[in-house]
Amino acid sequence: MNVEVTITVNGTAHRLSVPPRTLLSTLLRDELDLTGTHVGCDTSSCGACTVLVDGDATKSCTMFAAQADGSSVTTVEGLASNGELHPIQEAFREKHGLQCGFCTPGMMITAVQILERNPSPSEAEIRSGLRGNLCRCTGYHNIVAAVQHAAANSGGD
Amino acid sequence: MTTGTTDPFAYHAPTTVREASQALSRYRGDAKLLAGGHSLIPMMKLRIASPQAIVDLRNVEGLRGITENDDGSITIGAMTTYYELITSDVINSKACAIAEAASEVADTQVRNWGTIGGSLAHADPAGDLPAVAVALGMEINSASARSSRSIASDRFFRGYLETALRPNEVLTGVTVPAQDEGSGCAYVKLANKASHYAIVGVAASVTVDGGGVCTAARIGITGAGPHAVRSRRAERILVGKELTENVIDRAAQRGGAELAGMFNDDVHASAEYREAMTQVYTARAVTRAAACAMG
Repeated sequence: MNVEVTITVNGTAHRLSVPPRTLLSTLLRDELDLTGTHVGCDTSSCGACTVLVDGDATKSCTMFAAQADGSSVTTVEGLASNGELHPIQEAFREKHGLQCGFCTPGMMITAVQILERNPSPSEAEIRSGLRGNLCRCTGYHNIVAAVQHAAANSGGD
Repeated sequence: MTTGTTDPFAYHAPTTVREASQALSRYRGDAKLLAGGHSLIPMMKLRIASPQAIVDLRNVEGLRGITENDDGSITIGAMTTYYELITSDVINSKACAIAEAASEVADTQVRNWGTIGGSLAHADPAGDLPAVAVALGMEINSASARSSRSIASDRFFRGYLETALRPNEVLTGVTVPAQDEGSGCAYVKLANKASHYAIVGVAASVTVDGGGVCTAARIGITGAGPHAVRSRRAERILVGKELTENVIDRAAQRGGAELAGMFNDDVHASAEYREAMTQVYTARAVTRAAACAMG
């Protein structure tokens, strides 16, 4: 029997009826066509599927959509507003914080969480905060630089 | 489907512990409670678990939060997340080993969802919180539709992924007993570099009197064996003595003596290595707890 899920994604409310085993990542990608949320390892290791659920960075491959009933979700598609890049997106562009780009949506969402909790993190705190996000291009150097850049531009000091 | 998934199941999201317990009874052991889901869902994807039903605890009232009681004890609801533990003033000031262990778990995202109740009930042999539960002498509170009880943490972990919980019981939270004046605690961990699970993790809690003599000690060990254990033999060497380097080293040599013949031996670490590291990390945990107690 399906479960009813009421969920707000990037500011738009949706009501869906899905099988209970539907993962949040599946709901976002296959039901709502928001394919910016990537599924890499599907084992909660790589973090490519990270989205914000009620403000908390969440590996959406490790959550049933039913658990997000009543929640507000932000995916990478929801970061920019009115055609303006989010400061973290601007920073990833400025510092070349991506190579192939596969891990980038998850990296940016986790970075948003890191900066929201600590507006001026040290390099060690950024690296520790990104521990659940893997970049198989090994582009960590510029990713960390991008988060530092975003912190500096957001007034964190 | 874009992503892998689990076998099908029926989903329930009750609002009371009573209803949750009744759901467990109805499925006769073939239902699983869902807390943060960060152990259960990966196990379901791997078909290590394929329950007929999931009973999601997210809507159950009263299972979340940290309360300091009048007698100095702390009650922690089962659905309290690692992140909430790490950022709690009460936990950091009264039982810092809990925050230390929680901050060692996995990563930012997992700590946003993983819960203390889930960790203890899942009883992963390499879980971090079980060692701290044992060292702080936590009482594990559980309830069924008809009754509730508390289980001492050193009798709670029974085997690999096995606890003293009955099939229809819901772990509702834990009570951390008041720590005496002059107490300190710590959790230290040798983490697997890839998974960050504990190869060995040791939690220690010690109490010292005004003269620097140890009056009480509890040591909990995880990762080394099939389940978290209390190392009473090491504790006995500490009590009644000043916690000098020499005394701590002697105690550490008995750290994990209870696990003789039962040390985990796998691709991550041999039994011999785990035994040696249990002793090393016992010394480190006691040293840090003692410094905290005397600080």
